[in-house]
Amino acid sequence: MTSTRTDHQLLPRLDVASTPRIRFSRLVSVELRKAVDTRAGRWLVAAILAITAASMLLFYAIGDDADRTFPDFIGFAAQPQMFLLPVLGILLITSEWSQRTALVTFTLAPSRSTVIGAKVVAAMLLALLAFAGALLLAGLATLVAGRDDGFDGVSVAVLLLFLAVQLLGVLQGVAFGLLWLSTPAAIVTFFVLPTASTLVFTTVPALGDLAPWLDLQTAQSPLVNGDFTLTWEQLARIGVTALVWVVLPFVAGWLRVMRAEIK
Amino acid sequence: MSADGRTRTLDTMIEVKGLTRTYGGYTAVDDISFRTRPGSVTGFLGPNGAGKTTAMRIMVGLTAATRGEATIGGHRYHDIVNPGRHVGVLLDAGAQHAGRTGREILSLGARIMGLPVSRVDEMLDLVSLDDDEAKRKLRNYSLGMKQRLGIAHALLGDPEVLVLDEPANGLDPAGIRWMRDLLRGYARRGGTVLLSSHLLHEVELVADDLVLIGRGRIVASGDRESLASTDAASTLARARDNDELAAALAREGITAVPEGAGLRVSASTADVSRVSVQHSVILTDLRSGAKGLEDLFLDLTSSAQREGAAAPGSLAALSTSNGSPR
Repeated sequence: MTSTRTDHQLLPRLDVASTPRIRFSRLVSVELRKAVDTRAGRWLVAAILAITAASMLLFYAIGDDADRTFPDFIGFAAQPQMFLLPVLGILLITSEWSQRTALVTFTLAPSRSTVIGAKVVAAMLLALLAFAGALLLAGLATLVAGRDDGFDGVSVAVLLLFLAVQLLGVLQGVAFGLLWLSTPAAIVTFFVLPTASTLVFTTVPALGDLAPWLDLQTAQSPLVNGDFTLTWEQLARIGVTALVWVVLPFVAGWLRVMRAEIK
Repeated sequence: MSADGRTRTLDTMIEVKGLTRTYGGYTAVDDISFRTRPGSVTGFLGPNGAGKTTAMRIMVGLTAATRGEATIGGHRYHDIVNPGRHVGVLLDAGAQHAGRTGREILSLGARIMGLPVSRVDEMLDLVSLDDDEAKRKLRNYSLGMKQRLGIAHALLGDPEVLVLDEPANGLDPAGIRWMRDLLRGYARRGGTVLLSSHLLHEVELVADDLVLIGRGRIVASGDRESLASTDAASTLARARDNDELAAALAREGITAVPEGAGLRVSASTADVSRVSVQHSVILTDLRSGAKGLEDLFLDLTSSAQREGAAAPGSLAALSTSNGSPR
């Protein structure tokens, strides 16, 4: 305080210029750690891995010899993953509110968009990891117990499409988490709304034509049925339903968090 | 900053200007302004629901202000790079994941701020959480332990400013004293502390300055001494014969009214003593009748609660009323 200060040094007292910024990668690594540093988080991740492995065993036990191909193995394992991975996405968001850690998170990293971005990337990385695990297990299963031509018809494009749908599901989970900021509400609507939508679109004849464009399950049904040779129209339908079920809720949820009072 | 003509002197760290937050028709924080100085502890006092927490949340960017602004060291909180390195914040010690251990909670904070793991151990040491306690999950922490952990978390980034909401809540007397010493030391090294409380005794020994808030408005502010000594010309005196004392005082033109077992005299203790010597009245008790900070605090905040909007300049008016027996 004894040294003389120039005028501009008189102004802002906190010298933030030399402070290291919070790197985005650091936020992502923290989000990944938060996903597994509690018992609930660890159990969910362990359950996803265990159920993936168990479903392959189950498929081996009940499936016909003719079906023991790589796409079938992975298709069977993907079903439980499609259910559980979005829950991971939901929890990544909603636990900040249910456990009230948002208070600390957004105090240390005030840019809410950046934090949401880090959570999205972390959720994607976890989904990627689960997908890689499923690939590995399916590969092993095919080698050990599959048909000799079990790997026929497998292409990178097919796998990428598969992964894309998986990631879309996780993003949808994150979006519903942002929209509700409450674990039960997000989980219930995540599972109930798409089913209700399918019910409405399949039972109301007038809506039949719209179903492939607005109903998630109708649009994605070719993939779920193992038909990976999609027409451009089918791809466009998946895109439009993604817009309705993932992008819109995500944007609405993101806006909500930007405006929300963090308590 | 200087371009828009605002000058900021060296002795302002936190500056709150015209801060207002409304929820529909309800005004939680009503046009509050105050400053805190570096190297000092400022107590933010008010009853529950007075708007302290809302004001503090606005200061750290968790709640948007309806009007007005708050800056810390000349920056809006949002513009502070890696704010944990500059401003240590504890708003609610319970707002942590119940399933995480104390050590894990600090480790996550250290990681976000880019601090070495050794810093976590230093902070655990500082707040006297031993290895065993650091490994326990937060749900098994007592309120006092949570507060200690929260303080450790706020101090992780070695910040220049501390913003603490009810940090002494749940601490035992020894804990309150520990926190007092810690904050005093922190301020002596040049740090700025803003801490809120609804209990005067928690802050009156540690705070250099006080900001009193009631119903969202600031009802008084200033340093501790000037707030406490607004009513110096009042004395409680007791003589072997009170009537004799009253008569002696009356002869000197000093008014006295009976209060309790003695008299309340509208003069300083020195004046009363002089009169008693001059008139050979034997006193059995003589003490300042100035109302303590506590009476002031109760008066100011309760009037704010009753009337809604006590003017900030109402100190003088309030100080003339007699202290009612409690």
